[in-house]
Amino acid sequence: MAGENPASTTEYIQHHLQNLVYGKLPEGFERHTEAGAEVLTADTWTMAHGAAEAAAMGFWAIHVDSMAWSIGLGIIFCWLFRRAAVRATTGVPTGFLNFVELVVGFIDGSVKDSFHGKNKMVAPLALTIFVWIFLMNLMDLLPVDLIPKLMVLAGVEYQKIVPSTDPNITMGMALGVFVLMLYYNIKIKGTGFIKELTMHPFNHWAFIPINLFMELVGLLAKPFSLGLRLFGNMYAGEMIFILIAMMFAAGAGTGVLFGGLNAQLFGTETSGIFWLAIFILVCGVCWMNLQGKISTGRTVLLTLGLLTVAGGVFALGGGLMQWGWAIFHILVITLQAFIFMVLTIVYLSMAHEEDH
Amino acid sequence: MNINLTLFGQMVTFAIFVWFCMKFVWPVILQAMEEREQKIADGLDAADRAMRDLEVAKGKATDQMKEAKQEAAGIVDQANKRANQIIDEAKQQATAEGDRLKVAAEAEIEQEINRAKEELRASVAGLALAGAEKVLEASIDEKANRALVDKLASQL
Repeated sequence: MAGENPASTTEYIQHHLQNLVYGKLPEGFERHTEAGAEVLTADTWTMAHGAAEAAAMGFWAIHVDSMAWSIGLGIIFCWLFRRAAVRATTGVPTGFLNFVELVVGFIDGSVKDSFHGKNKMVAPLALTIFVWIFLMNLMDLLPVDLIPKLMVLAGVEYQKIVPSTDPNITMGMALGVFVLMLYYNIKIKGTGFIKELTMHPFNHWAFIPINLFMELVGLLAKPFSLGLRLFGNMYAGEMIFILIAMMFAAGAGTGVLFGGLNAQLFGTETSGIFWLAIFILVCGVCWMNLQGKISTGRTVLLTLGLLTVAGGVFALGGGLMQWGWAIFHILVITLQAFIFMVLTIVYLSMAHEEDH
Repeated sequence: MNINLTLFGQMVTFAIFVWFCMKFVWPVILQAMEEREQKIADGLDAADRAMRDLEVAKGKATDQMKEAKQEAAGIVDQANKRANQIIDEAKQQATAEGDRLKVAAEAEIEQEINRAKEELRASVAGLALAGAEKVLEASIDEKANRALVDKLASQL
């Protein structure tokens, strides 16, 4: 949690935007640990402590958090859909199978709309892209501080839980699509692909360099726009969650007595846990109301009281804004997953068609 | 925001998941869906056919009913006609019988009359003879004659 001074605010944002990196620190790199400065005598594969070390690792590093969340979510996707596939019958579908079939039907429709070639891979590719990206984007809706805080408590310094805010992830998928585009362009069109690159849009040998330049730019722009669009949208969304969270925290700072008292007693680092406790208490109060154990009037009073304790109405405003943005963001994450999928289909469709 | 090995890690992961989905998820689900679609289409077809059959059967039933009604009406008509005919015949027979009886009765009456006439004639002749005898016996007394003739006449 950030306090009021700009330094810790910057720190807070930077902490949120730092991946958990495992990589190779080069020989001669000076590490600053608690024990003091230490100069590495050989290349070392290790976890990076902080942005400086991560930057020093350069290309030979891997974002452990991004990869773990991305693979984990991918496995969830495969598991859920495989389970549905095993249960799929020609009889009456029920429950989860209904939902899966809705998704499959929707994607099958989208593919049939824009892809007219014969390729058994496009539809499953589209399904994987849509659901997987949707799940990755969905991580954005978890409270921004929740998992990083828990991870810090568990001893993991950095944790970025939304893989699609990592350009490596989005560009990795876009490049995967790009490889497929190239493969099918060459497989389907053969020399026609070279002709397309060199003889369009000006069909004359003298224009070959110009044509080549224009077509190559057009070709390369596809994966870049594909990957960066998703990354940009998700990164911006995440950023707004972080900014609102800071206002939320600022509310705690300026809030009525207990906000400050909490900081006094436990230090700013444990504020997250404090928020969690309050959140659970409020949920508990609401739950008791639902169970009919306490009246609605008392529920409102108790909730307001808890929120006052937790940092005042300002904080409540911050919470509401998080909530509002999260609702709006549901649209964004679905839309971005859908756009990535549709563009993939369209690009592959273009790779399959002789004339464009 | 540095590009690093994660890029290729993600590409490989992507490929694996797409392969998995292509092999074990998509075809299975789609096949089930298509088979169900076919089944539903067949079911709807069958329902349509049954509906049509029902319609035809209903039509047939109505036709048969109409026919039966017509037949029944015909039978009743015929029966009525036949009854009228029977009544007419009976009437005619009755009339003929009546006529015959009347003629017979008339003939009998005629006969009776004739017989009576014959008898009368016979008795008149007898009476006349008797009267004449009496007249001749008792000579002629105007008064007595008169009375005799009157008596005779009254006996006629």
